[in-house]
Amino acid sequence: MNKQEIIEKINTALAEEFEIEIAAITPEAPIKETLDLDSLSLVDMVALVETVSGVEIKGTDVVSIKTFENLYNFIEERLLEQE
Amino acid sequence: MKRRVVITGLGIYSCLGKNLTTVCNSLYNGTSGIIFDRTRKDMGFRSGLTANVEIPDLKGVLSRNQRVYIPEQGLYAYVATAEALEQARLTQDYIDTHEIGLLYGNDSSAEAVMNSIDIMREKKNTTLIGSGGIFKSMNSTVTMNLACIFKMKGINLTISGACASGSHAIGLGSLLIRWGLQDCIVCGGAQEVNPYSIGSFDGISAFSVREDDPTSASRPFDRDRDGLVPGGGAATVIIESYESAVQRGAPILAEICGYGFSSNGDHISVPNVDGPSRSLQMAIREAGIHLRDIGYVNAHATSTPVGDRNEAKAIANVFGDYRPEVTSTKSMTGHEMWMAGASEVIYSMLMMENDFVAPNINFENPDEDSAKLNIPAKRVDKHFDMFLSNSFGFGGTNSTLIIKNIIHKKS
Repeated sequence: MNKQEIIEKINTALAEEFEIEIAAITPEAPIKETLDLDSLSLVDMVALVETVSGVEIKGTDVVSIKTFENLYNFIEERLLEQE
Repeated sequence: MKRRVVITGLGIYSCLGKNLTTVCNSLYNGTSGIIFDRTRKDMGFRSGLTANVEIPDLKGVLSRNQRVYIPEQGLYAYVATAEALEQARLTQDYIDTHEIGLLYGNDSSAEAVMNSIDIMREKKNTTLIGSGGIFKSMNSTVTMNLACIFKMKGINLTISGACASGSHAIGLGSLLIRWGLQDCIVCGGAQEVNPYSIGSFDGISAFSVREDDPTSASRPFDRDRDGLVPGGGAATVIIESYESAVQRGAPILAEICGYGFSSNGDHISVPNVDGPSRSLQMAIREAGIHLRDIGYVNAHATSTPVGDRNEAKAIANVFGDYRPEVTSTKSMTGHEMWMAGASEVIYSMLMMENDFVAPNINFENPDEDSAKLNIPAKRVDKHFDMFLSNSFGFGGTNSTLIIKNIIHKKS
């Protein structure tokens, strides 16, 4: 999965699950505010990303993932490590 | 000082309809809500019979998070409660500024538990269960969800009393109001309909296997009954002190005048005659009424051989030579279990409001004990002002409610 495929897959899944317009998801947008996440729905975001990408996000990783760009890069790096 | 307890709102979502009007029409016409479900047979069920209840789509009504936390039976309960609140004229403003309680009957949330465990077993990862798993799985799931959605601030409690849960919820709520601890409580009962919730019940051969004719399968009191048919949905009954209802200008639909309860102290699944008899007698005693004031008895009768026989004996013992109409609405709905005690109060209320007794459909031949009761297989058009409703459950828990008509109706 290249970066563009990651972006498309993740954006589609998140927009559908959190019921927002896909256009609201931009690379620099803050994830929590854009998806209106609280401490519980943050768990659903992590679970969804894991299911869609196959990349596990640990609690310590979540802290550093602020924007969607951070998220795409995190997934891309982990997938490259797995290859 | 004991206060009077009245009913000011009703809401129903069942196999007979998705609101009070359609349910009333089904009762009036003796329409069954039972179907045959092939998927249950493919899952290894002995009986593929079930009530036909559609899961409501509440996207656009509840937020994404609210829908993630609420299980199937909670969705039914939401729809029923919204209808009841509207009838009772309980606005969000009023709920926000008063201590409205919530006592709902529920005794399982099997599908949610199963889904969480399936993920744990398959993925070895608890995060993947998601945030809704815990809130959907707990027995108190219905009250925890409704209390947060409607922002209720009074008592917030689930009543788990097996197939008498809904009845006990109303009865216990009436005691809290009678003794001045609450002014208004949203009561009710909810029952999941998915096959996972009742597979183990099917496994003990409790269900009818008359699959060739689903609408005739549930036949309470009939000589040839062969077991119950599982049903479900949700029913909400809003109860209130008389003073509170008058002060709010709420429609006063009826008065709860008696609540009786007992435990059989006997077998886990086989009911006896003594326990239910004591529940009936206590309700009558608490109501302070004469037996002949009761114009209709809504029986618990589920269509099982022993249960119906022993309830018939108990009713005959208590009522003696007075024989009001006795019917089991489970002949049309199947057994709505945790919901039944509340839904059957609503079914009886609809009959009392509209001057009829719904038929005990499929009652063709009595057995030795049901022959002692006045069980109409056809609708009876009659006026009555008081009814008694029985609910009994596994473990020998019994609940009886007596409810009477009241003049103070506001258009």
